Order: sequence, then C-alpha cells, then structure tokens
Amino acid sequence: MDLPTFWFSVVALFWVGFLFLEGFDFGVGMLLPILGRDETGRRVLINTIGPVWDGNEVWLITAGGAMFAAYPGMYATVFSSLYLPLLAILFGMIVRAVSIEWRGKIDDPKWRRWADFGIAAGSWLPALLWGVAFAVLVRGLPVNAKHQVHLSVTDVLNAYTLLGGLATCGLFLLYGAIFVALKTSGPVHDDALRAATWLSLPVTALVAGFGMWTQLAYGKTWTWLVLAVAVVAQLAAVALVLSRAHEGWAFLCTALVVTAVVVLLFGALYPDLVPSTLNPQWSVTINNASSSPYTLTIMTWATAIFAPLVMVYQGWTYWVFRQRISADRIPPSIGLARRAP
Amino acid sequence: MDVLGIARWQFGITTVYHFLMVPLTIGLSVLVAVMQTAWVRTGDRKYFAMTKFWGKLLLINFAMGVVTGLVQEFQFGMNWSAYSRFVGDVFGAPLAMEGLLAFFVESTFLGLWIFGWDRLPRRVHLGCVWAFSLASIVSAYFILAANSWMQHPVGVELVNGKPRLTSIGAVLTNPTLMAALPHTVAGCFAVAATFLVGIAVWQIARRRDKHEAMWRASLKLGAWVGVLAFAALAYSGDTQGKLMFQQQPMKMAAAEALCHTEQPAAFSVLAYGDVSTPNCESVKSLDVPNVLSFLATGSFASKVEGVQDLIPQYQNKYGTNYPNDPALGALAGKPIDYVPDLPVTYWGFRLMIGFGTLAALAALGALWLVRRGRFPRGRWFPRAAVLAIATPYLANAFGWIFTEMGRQPWVVAPNPTGVDGVWLYTAQAVSSGVTAGEALTSVIALTSVYAVLAVIEIVLMVRYVRAGADDVSRDEPADDVLTFAY
Repeated sequence: MDLPTFWFSVVALFWVGFLFLEGFDFGVGMLLPILGRDETGRRVLINTIGPVWDGNEVWLITAGGAMFAAYPGMYATVFSSLYLPLLAILFGMIVRAVSIEWRGKIDDPKWRRWADFGIAAGSWLPALLWGVAFAVLVRGLPVNAKHQVHLSVTDVLNAYTLLGGLATCGLFLLYGAIFVALKTSGPVHDDALRAATWLSLPVTALVAGFGMWTQLAYGKTWTWLVLAVAVVAQLAAVALVLSRAHEGWAFLCTALVVTAVVVLLFGALYPDLVPSTLNPQWSVTINNASSSPYTLTIMTWATAIFAPLVMVYQGWTYWVFRQRISADRIPPSIGLARRAP
Repeated sequence: MDVLGIARWQFGITTVYHFLMVPLTIGLSVLVAVMQTAWVRTGDRKYFAMTKFWGKLLLINFAMGVVTGLVQEFQFGMNWSAYSRFVGDVFGAPLAMEGLLAFFVESTFLGLWIFGWDRLPRRVHLGCVWAFSLASIVSAYFILAANSWMQHPVGVELVNGKPRLTSIGAVLTNPTLMAALPHTVAGCFAVAATFLVGIAVWQIARRRDKHEAMWRASLKLGAWVGVLAFAALAYSGDTQGKLMFQQQPMKMAAAEALCHTEQPAAFSVLAYGDVSTPNCESVKSLDVPNVLSFLATGSFASKVEGVQDLIPQYQNKYGTNYPNDPALGALAGKPIDYVPDLPVTYWGFRLMIGFGTLAALAALGALWLVRRGRFPRGRWFPRAAVLAIATPYLANAFGWIFTEMGRQPWVVAPNPTGVDGVWLYTAQAVSSGVTAGEALTSVIALTSVYAVLAVIEIVLMVRYVRAGADDVSRDEPADDVLTFAY
C-alpha cells in the first residue's frame, strides 16, 4: 500500500474513532429531552458520558489535524466550500460543550432548562450535519481545475444528502439509547430500552436506504461487503434490543454499524477525496492533494506510536467508570443558588 | 469590507479570545497539581481545600479553551484555504501532533481527575492532574511550533512554488519556537499567579470564613510564582527581541516606530503624536538613549535600522509589487506596503510591557505587604489586587497583537537566511471561494456567541469566588454515590 492510500485509511480511522465514540455522546444529548423525565433522570443521562465526552471529542480535532497534515489540498477545498454547514457544526459543538460543563454550576431550574436546550440542540445539529457533510463529499462538489468550488444550495441540500443526515441522526439516536441502556439502571434504563425498541425499525430503514443508495450510486465491489456487515450488525442489534438480551452485545453491534457506515463512505470516496461533479479530471484525490512522502512518514510514526497509546488510556477511562449510573447514585446538586445570599 | 479584512478581524478576535482562556488553564492546572501534591504529601486539609476551590475555577474555564480551540483549527481551512494549501506540508503536522500527543492526554486525564476523586487510588489520581497540566504545556509547544514557523520558516525546500518539509526536527527546534515557548508559558503562569493573588487577597480582606490559612497559602504561592514568571518573561522577552532583530528587522523597527536608522538607537518609552507618519516629524517621544541598541543586539552602541531605510531593502529582496494574480483581488499588481500598522505595533509593544510590569509590581507588592503574617488595612489593597488580575491578560493579548500584526504584510514571513521564495503575503492566503456574506456571517455569529459566553463565564467565576471554599471537613458521601457528577 502506498503512503497516500495508507493515510486515506488513517484519516478514515480517526473519523471512525470520532463517530464511534462521539456518536453515542450525540445520541445521549439528543435523547436528553426525550428520556430525561425529571431532573435526576436528566442528570443520570448526562453523567453516563460525563467523564468521557471531552476525550471523545478530541478524535475530531485529531481527524481535522490529520486531514490538514496528510491532505492539505482537501482540507482547504472542503473547509472553505462547506463553509456554512461547518460553521453550524462548530456553533452546535460550542454550545453543547459549555452547556454540559456549566449545567450543574447554578442550582436553578431555569438555568438548567437553558443548558438542557443547549445540550440537545448542540447534539442534534452536528448529528444531522455530519451526515449531510459526508453525503455531500461522496456525491461530489463542483470542483474546478484549480480545486476551487462555487457551491450552489442543491450541492449541499438534496435528497441524497438529507437522507444521509437523517440516517446519521437516526443511527446516533439508536446508538445513544442502547448506550444509555448499557450504562444505567432503574427507570432511565427501562425508558432507554423502550426508546431503542421504537427506533429499531425506522433507523434500520434509514441506514439501509442510505447505505444502498451510497453503494449503488458510488460504491465499489468490495464495499458491498461493508454494506452487508452494516446491515447484518444492524439487524443483530435490533434483534438483541427486541429480545431484551445482552445490552453489551447490542451496543457493540450498533458500534459496528457506525464503523461500517464510515468505512462505506470512505470506501465510496476512494481514491478521491472530493470528487468533482464538473469533470472527474478535476477531482481532489489522494495523489494530487497529499503531503510529501516525508511528511506522511513522520505522521505515520507519530500515529503508530501514539494512537494505540490513546486507545489504551481512553479504554482505561471507560474501565474506571464502568459502573452503571442510577438515580440513587446521583449526589445532590453542588451548584450555587440562583442569587447570591 | 472585503473577505480578507473580515477574515483578518475574525482571526484576531477568535485568537485573542482563545488566548484569554488558555493561559489560565495552563498556569492554573500546574498550580492545582502543585496544591494537590502538597496535600498528598503532607495530608494537610488546607491544601485539599485549595485544590478543590481552584480546581473548580479551572473547570469553569477549561470548557471555553477547548471550544474556542476548535474554531482556531477549523478557520485555517474555512477562511484561509490558500494558506492551508501553501503551508499544508509543514503546518498540519504540528497541529495533528498536538492532538495526538497532548490534547488527548489533556481531555482524557481531566475527565479522570474530575470524576475520579474516589474511584482512583490517591497517587494515581494525583498523576492524572499532572498528566493534564503537563500535556497542556506540550500542547502549547506544538501550537507555538506552528506559529513560529509562520514567523521564521525553517526545515523546508521550495518545490513547485510551495514549501516542502525536509526536517521536522528543524521545525520542532526552531530558534523562534525555543524563545517563544518560555515567554508564552511564563505569560500563562503570570495570569494564574495574579489570579491567585487577587482572589486570595480579596478573600482575606473579607475576613468572612475560617479558611484564612488556605487563602494565605494561595496568596504566597501566587505571588512567588508571579515573581518568577515575570523574571522569566523579561529574560525570554529579551531573547525574543534579539532574535526578532535578526529574523524580522522590520518588526523590530515597527515595535519602536523607528523612522530612520540610528546608531546608537534610543528606546522610546512613550510617544505623543501619530507614530505612523512617514518621517516622524510630528512625534515627540520620551527616549532612553542606547537602550534599543542593547535590546536588539546586546551592545549599547550598535546600529538599529529604521522603517524608512528598511523599505528599500525589502523591495530589493522581495519585490516592489504583488504578483499579478487575480486571486489577490484589488491588490493584484499593486505596490507592496512592507510597513506594518505602526500605531498598532508601537502601542501594542508598549502596552504589553506596561501591563506586564504592572502585574509584576502587583506580585512583588503583595509579597511585601503580607510579609510575616501582615495584612494592610483598608479597601484599597483588595481592590488593587482584584484589578491586577486583568493586567497579565492584557499584556498577553497585546503581545500577540504585536507579534502577529508586526509580521504583516506577510502571513508566512521570509526567513532572511532561509530558502528563497518560502513566504506568503496575507492577501494571498485567504480563501478565494468564500463570499463576504459567508465570512461576515461567521464573524458575527462567532463574536456574538463568544460575547455571551464571556459574560456567563465571568458571572460563574465571580459567583464561585464569592462562594468561597468548601467546608472540606464534612463527611464524605455514602459509598456508592458519585463524588462528582454534572
């Protein structure tokens, strides 16, 4: 495998890492207004991701850095053309992060309502838009010979990209619900399983529909296999949810679906990074947008040494906080009263 | 305003804002690690109370540093795509390494530290706060490596009109970086130090709680760290000045708004009049003879070149006109103005030093005033101490404004001893496909969100400072309840 191809898979790996982990974080945030029936319930939900969401988000920062380092041409083209969607994603992620961090700081229902809104909106928006953004990339942009893009609204918003957005939204909702079921006990746990049950069929339809469209329109022969893995894993997850069987396996199955969908999307792209809808010759590809072999070699060493290390200590974090959260384990709010005494 | 102007404003606003959050995180996290170490080693509850109190303020601040950092990374691609294309082979690597080597450690171990109080053995938990705080310095190192390369490109060759990395070692040991890192990190400690001093003095003056021992310990720690930080700032700043004189002589001249070459050159303390006037005839300046020569070269008698004498040298070396490239818009083919915005560089430089000196005096003064258990009466002391918290923040902000504005008209300034052609004008760096409407939406949206969040952060900080320290002698919660939860 040559270096640009290898780095294509490394970038895909960082995106898998991000959506594998942040996927359920988004899901938990999206489910907050649905599953969080009372204050303690909402706190149970937020605390399932409490110690880990911040570390999960770093996968995005590293994916961004890796794309910049490995494919500056792609980084430049994609970020400057998908300007407003990315701005909206940033906006959502800013609001979400400070809402999670500051929610408990003031012990006041109104303050918490704002924070809950921030967490939910800041989770729905990126969950939808990452799906749209990836679908836009797979579908291609009007890239000209100089790798510049003059975008029209239909390049971003069309049936395929909206289906992509809905598919990631649905997938993260289901993924989040199963994660909550795995990480909690008590009423929240039961509600989460019920939500997962309700979500099962529509999400399966969305994921299968988006997967089939991607495969038929843009897929390679080998990505049929990936699509098959996604569908089988999805059906297995649904079966496990419906039979109320092992939650851990259901979680792993949905995680596999998320992984397979990302691999499918990257597989559909390869060897392009941004296919040109004007002329295939003008596409931004792994060869014409990549960094020099020297830079890629340096980055390969850095990744080979540090990415496994990251997985080890992040894995350890999940082990440390492996206990299920329930209402009786939530301490009273340590936030300050609304007005200074 | 055109896209270039809007993008520059956005970069300035988001960067200065980001660097209001970062220094407190870096400086305070190390100090909190020191406090927790003192607690683990001595078992003194005073240090435990300190760790908890300052740790809470650290967390309120940390979230903002993270999210504003995300904007920093994204806007290179969004607003500055031509820049990203030009420098990508060099610039992306330190950013990616920052994520892999530093930021993952920071975020993961911060989570472990916040939630792990009773889950982890005491020493492992202490290790988490050290991992977090040291990683934040490693983070600064990689980001400064990227920035220093823009100031002084090294370790590259020119291939097809673009720099190509030939030595990552040269980029990671860039002399500019080696001077910028201690200066920036010392600036972070200065922020944390005056933060500790200001709040601790205010708490002691209030005489409301039984935690005076803890506030005194915080005050002492802050004041000593402050004094050390300011000594380090002065020393590293001097090193940076001498490097700047060699690497970016125009920036040095712009820092002084020095019109004509002088030998020996005097340092202007303050000026009256418009420093941007080409011949300085209207400017009255309070000068200290020979000092600029010393700052630039270490010798009191050396020559320092002025702006007007440097312009022809720059034109000779780098050309008189911008390339006739339509991507440059209105500037295509126009003469290049090699002089940075002199009022900004001149006053930025003075405000940086001025506020830094004020902060240093505050730390020294506090140390003197509270010697051997003393504490001055009257409300002026706590007021002054609280006001002093702002001074290192302002010094940092003006320092960055100076160094980034002093590099103009370049985004990648040429290295005088480096490879010919490895430079990029700021006007060439901006995204060509982005419309003014998009850029304006972005700057308005981000500035508004940042403004709202700044207000909330300050309100939260003030509330938590007023609430004071927790009563740490109370019973720990029942076994199965989380010690910390959102």
